[in-house]
Amino acid sequence: MIWRFILKRLLYMIPFLFAVSIVSFLLIQAPPGDYLTTYIAKLGESNEVLDQASINNLRARFGLDQPLYVQYFKWVGNLLQGDFGMSFEWRQPVSDLVWERMGLTVCLSFATLLFTWALAMPIGIYSAVRKYTLGDYIITTIGFIGLATPNFLLALILMYIGVVHFGADVGGLFSPEYKNAPWSWAKVVNLIEHLWLPVIVLGTGATASLIRIMRANLLDELNRPYVDTARAKGLSEWALIMKYPVRVALNPFVSTIGWVLPNLVSGAVVTAIVLSLPTAGPLMLQALLSQDMYLAGAFVLLLSSLTVVGMLISDILLVLLDPRVRYE
Amino acid sequence: MPQIRMVTDMNKPIIQIQDLTVGFSMRQGVLDVLHGVSFDLHRGRTTCVVGESGSGKSVTARTILNMVPRPGVINGGRILFDPDGTGTVNLTALDPRGREIRDIRGGRIGMIFQEPMSSLSPVHTIGSQIVEAIRLHRDMDKKAARQMAVDLLAQVEIPEPEKAVDKYSFEFSGGMRQRAMIAMALSCQPDVLIADEPTTALDVTTQAEILDLIKTLQRDVGMAVMFITHDMGVVAEIADDVVVMEKGHVVEQGDVDQVFSAPRHPYTQKLLRAVKVLEEPAPAKVRALDDAPPVLTVEDLSLHFEKREGFFQRVTDVTKAVDGVSFSLRKGEALGIVGESGSGKTTVGRCISRVYDPTRGKIVYGGKDLAHLNATELRNSRQQIRMIFQDPFASLNPRMTVKQIISEPLIANRICAGSELEDRVAVLLREVGLDPGMMERYPHAFSGGQRQRIVVARAIALEPQVVIADEPTSALDVSIRTQVLDLLLRLQAEMGLSFIFISHDMAVIRYFCDRVAVMYRGRIVEIGETEQVIGDPQHAYTKALLSSVPLPDPALRGTRQRHRYRPEVA
Repeated sequence: MIWRFILKRLLYMIPFLFAVSIVSFLLIQAPPGDYLTTYIAKLGESNEVLDQASINNLRARFGLDQPLYVQYFKWVGNLLQGDFGMSFEWRQPVSDLVWERMGLTVCLSFATLLFTWALAMPIGIYSAVRKYTLGDYIITTIGFIGLATPNFLLALILMYIGVVHFGADVGGLFSPEYKNAPWSWAKVVNLIEHLWLPVIVLGTGATASLIRIMRANLLDELNRPYVDTARAKGLSEWALIMKYPVRVALNPFVSTIGWVLPNLVSGAVVTAIVLSLPTAGPLMLQALLSQDMYLAGAFVLLLSSLTVVGMLISDILLVLLDPRVRYE
Repeated sequence: MPQIRMVTDMNKPIIQIQDLTVGFSMRQGVLDVLHGVSFDLHRGRTTCVVGESGSGKSVTARTILNMVPRPGVINGGRILFDPDGTGTVNLTALDPRGREIRDIRGGRIGMIFQEPMSSLSPVHTIGSQIVEAIRLHRDMDKKAARQMAVDLLAQVEIPEPEKAVDKYSFEFSGGMRQRAMIAMALSCQPDVLIADEPTTALDVTTQAEILDLIKTLQRDVGMAVMFITHDMGVVAEIADDVVVMEKGHVVEQGDVDQVFSAPRHPYTQKLLRAVKVLEEPAPAKVRALDDAPPVLTVEDLSLHFEKREGFFQRVTDVTKAVDGVSFSLRKGEALGIVGESGSGKTTVGRCISRVYDPTRGKIVYGGKDLAHLNATELRNSRQQIRMIFQDPFASLNPRMTVKQIISEPLIANRICAGSELEDRVAVLLREVGLDPGMMERYPHAFSGGQRQRIVVARAIALEPQVVIADEPTSALDVSIRTQVLDLLLRLQAEMGLSFIFISHDMAVIRYFCDRVAVMYRGRIVEIGETEQVIGDPQHAYTKALLSSVPLPDPALRGTRQRHRYRPEVA
């Protein structure tokens, strides 16, 4: 039953991803001009002028002289073989550029997601069960401040505090000596030492909103008759709240993975630049600015796939968590 | 001799509620909802607590378990619990979260709630919820507790209990859920069972079965039952003692025969009168002329729901919600449609108003077949065929004022605007017996009966020809029920309205309708003059339905053979 559901959802993903690839391709083609125009303009800034013949030559070499659909099918055809093409700007295969960055991005995203849940769930429960108490008001106030503070500002503040008061090494995910070193245990430790700052910065907004969601959901559930039934059985207050209303209130919580995942990746661009994180965001921005189309395309495609995968994960969790969904 | 000891035990109340006062702390101060309530519960006896909504019945029940809903506080009085005839515990003095009261909850005093739908957790199996209750109070391993849960389900007559333990509550019908609820409440063989309107949300036929079940179990186990209800018929059916509550006071208590034959308090008399009134057709009814032309003819109306499954969405099952229904409605007539839940009575109403698109059949109104009109063509008939729904709380938008609610159809159909609109709303409000000065208020400021009047005002705003009323009085207290019905009758006489009146309540149908159609599983099994159908039912299902209606007279208890209709398998 559950396997059939997963299989079905995976099959649905194929046409969807195909559509996504078309949209991504059109999207990166949408701005006027192409990589060469940007490139020529850049050369022009340093007073180098290319003659028409070499421009045409370059255009043919990059395949930019062919009609759109040919370029698209070439791109997709190569994609299916795992070849993301070459980055014009970096002059290296896109996959080499992307994977390292995506790996770190996913790592950061999951760390942030765990942080968000670990914090939002207990606080949300507390806030709902102790509705309108001092604790609830304090949490609510902090929550709204968290929602309203832009991430990059929080990043700057935390960086300042980190450097001035704790002498911590902030910015980036690694210390300089590990930046280009091969992976080792020491490098992992170094990564973890650097991870806390971006995790807090990126997680605050999401935590604040999840606390609100959890609180609202749980408040809805706390007055349900089945809670009274459980109480009338003789369950202790703590056990019954955790077992019944919290369990039901988790549903929307789980559904959040679907939007939290891509949000963490794409919403983090500004923060990533401020903190100079070697994640996907800044590179994608750069690729879009210089119309480095294969690189940008790969990012847009990966982000979309991540969204779809996030939705799939949250749907599967939902099915596992709630028998009513299974029943339909 | 044990016999004698039992008698002495039975004379000593198991629970004594003494001068109980419960208040709700509001911003304006403490508002008392119970004012010194006192009554006793006895072993082996059923005490019915009767009263209309807001009388404090449920709060009393919850206070016994020390589960006063926030922001309620116990301000005074005692509840003495004497489980073994040895010593008493004052339940109100216990810490509401403490060990002691938790051992009593579920262990010594079991409770059943009104909504079997929402009183069980939707994400846990029935079995796990019963096992939990057992293991809370008994030292038993999981396997033994599960076996006990199966036995309990068998005891409450749930078919295939071995399979039922692993099912979820939403896989059961309402009646089965309530049985599971009872099994859970009885799992630790409590000394007292508190049932808070356990049959109100159920069909009459199911209600009859649940009442029988509770009676049998009580006889077998010998527990005290506190049964909360607003239905005098149910009281007459099962009560030994009756406690009548009004606005937080106990106004009368006594033996069931005494309360029914010689009620002392005016409120009890009023309750009984409200029930008695519904025993016969309304005196003020204006009958439709026999040769009145039909306004609406329904022919062979069917609506099938298809269940699709699998990757290719093949049709695996067809539910015939409505299966070839035909009838005609004469001008000025009230036609009742009666049946239990799932019989398709509501679906028929919704097909006629074209909320649903029928699969097959004709709905002829004003020379046109409504079943095949598109949305624009339906505009005209939608002005003339209006609906009234069951729940006056859910069918009014809480964020619109009464004026906005009533004027909405007038504005939508561009009938009037501006000050004319306001005058119109005022007229309509006066028409349904409300003060036009209240038109700027929001629905929450009105009681259930008043809200239903607002719903009626909205329905008649466009001066319709036909009103489809879907259980318009089911959510209302008995005394208000007749008021709303009388209002509808008056409007019918004044405006020449024709009604399709959908209800599960035979008494209400009898009061209101000229003719009645009895529906069972999507078909009309019997249709005819109301008095004739009730007095001399022809179809076996109609007989079964009528036999399940509780009679509000304890003297008639046990005089009828109740039976459930089981259709022959074709």
